[in-house]
Amino acid sequence: MSKKMMQTLTAGGGLALLAALAPGLALAQEAVKPALDTGDTAWMLTSTALVLFMTIPGLALFYAGMVRAKNVLSVMMQCFAITALVTVLWTLYGYSLAFDATGMEAGVLNLNSFIGTLGKAFMSGVTVESLWQPATTVPNAIPETVFMVFQMTFAIITPALIVGAFADRMKFSALLLFMGIWFTVVYLPVAHMVWGGAGSLIGSSWGVLDFAGGTVVHINAGIAGFIACLVIGKRKGYPQVAMPPHNLTYTLMGASLLWVGWFGFNAGSAVAANGSAGMAMAVTQIATATAALAWMFAEWISHGKPSVLGIASGAVAGLVAITPASGTAGPMGALLIGVASGVLCFLASTKLKRALGYDDSLDVFGVHCIGGIVGAILTGLCADKMMGGVGLAEGMTLGSQLFAQFKGVMFTLLYSGILSFVILKIVDVLVGLRVTDEQETEGLDIALHDERGYNL
Amino acid sequence: MKLITAVIKPFKLDDVREALSEVGAQGITVTEVKGFGRQKGHTELYRGAEYVVDFLPKIKIEVGVPADLADRVVEAISHAANTGKVGDGKIFIYDLEGAVRIRTGESGPEAL
Repeated sequence: MSKKMMQTLTAGGGLALLAALAPGLALAQEAVKPALDTGDTAWMLTSTALVLFMTIPGLALFYAGMVRAKNVLSVMMQCFAITALVTVLWTLYGYSLAFDATGMEAGVLNLNSFIGTLGKAFMSGVTVESLWQPATTVPNAIPETVFMVFQMTFAIITPALIVGAFADRMKFSALLLFMGIWFTVVYLPVAHMVWGGAGSLIGSSWGVLDFAGGTVVHINAGIAGFIACLVIGKRKGYPQVAMPPHNLTYTLMGASLLWVGWFGFNAGSAVAANGSAGMAMAVTQIATATAALAWMFAEWISHGKPSVLGIASGAVAGLVAITPASGTAGPMGALLIGVASGVLCFLASTKLKRALGYDDSLDVFGVHCIGGIVGAILTGLCADKMMGGVGLAEGMTLGSQLFAQFKGVMFTLLYSGILSFVILKIVDVLVGLRVTDEQETEGLDIALHDERGYNL
Repeated sequence: MKLITAVIKPFKLDDVREALSEVGAQGITVTEVKGFGRQKGHTELYRGAEYVVDFLPKIKIEVGVPADLADRVVEAISHAANTGKVGDGKIFIYDLEGAVRIRTGESGPEAL
């Protein structure tokens, strides 16, 4: 029963949630034949477009505004090129390695608990008729093509998030190579281990709750960014030379697009238009607004003035932190997650970064990794009925759930961190990671792309 | 003839322009500039990174006038641009050797 529930929660099968919560009823149910549900399909088509919107233009604008004017095109180019690159790799083998469930069995750990097979490589068997059924206990299904593209948009935004850590100084060729390898050996296995369904290591066997991607997307990208900024090194002149954001209006627009798009990310992760999607939307809105205020007030208190960059950063921190909890937390849990992520991400991005001296240019670590960890741990707490959540799976206590969350966090930090380091070293040997000092001073737009963002 | 150059607070430009029209100055040249005086700069803060901005934006105006008008022009600028706070700016007065109106070729005070 608990396995079934875990699969439901982590694979985002929200429809079966109610059934899973009524044990007698769920146990009595047999697997039912999938049938296309037009309402679910309509919502998932919409969600998919919303999540793509988060990367282009949302994240591209959010980041572009924070860099200097001479590098504005370079980060936009990176986000756009990653969108295209991941789409092709996802089509060729990514979808298959992440979501082909061949060989997986509930309660059994084997190679397929870590990575899917190549059975669906080159979109083999994915046709107009193929259906994706989020939970076998209810017939509701959507076209597999929709599920495939929906998950593709998650695979796109995750590497794109890393870009912020080494903005202003990475070679474009090295970026493409790094992202292609990282997507293959880090993103795909982690996505499979968490969302692969019954028999997956993290989501099913360990029972880690990650509804929409706190570990898969945010901790994964956040720690990769942290390692990347350490390996590549600080920007020339950092921190003595002033490097203020060149256009915070872009950043605020980008943060706003992320906020709106995130409804597709979180409420879409129900893979159905149902109560779980509705609650995911509600808690997303609540946690985001709370975190925006929390960061704003924290900054107001510590620096004397509330800032636009602060409130926008707080909103993104809240979005990150509510992501894993959005299928299990209630509105009061969302308030808690919002306050905690707003304050802790503020401290990480301002005080901790200053104290340790690393140059994570746009705070990928401070916002996505720290926000992801805060969210992952609090997801365990806020799923509890006592906190207004949907309740823990049968056989789970609050303590065991929190430990599972902690294990999921630590595994992702180590797996992504170590492999990111290795990939960076390999790419450095192959093409070199960093532009020359002269190119860095001139700006990447002219040096790497022969263009400038503004011809005023 | 005199050339009067004034550095003023940007939001005072309209007041200064009106005051100059009233005393009979025929035209002015305006430039956006940066600089510092006793007002010094200010600090900006982005996610905890504090930058000291030494140079503040100011407006520089230049106006060439007949010598007998110079005192009234200086008076008009210093009155219109005054807020009583540090950073109101400065006025510099130079002797002007010559002036030519390009369209007609007139020179001297007639060209102003």
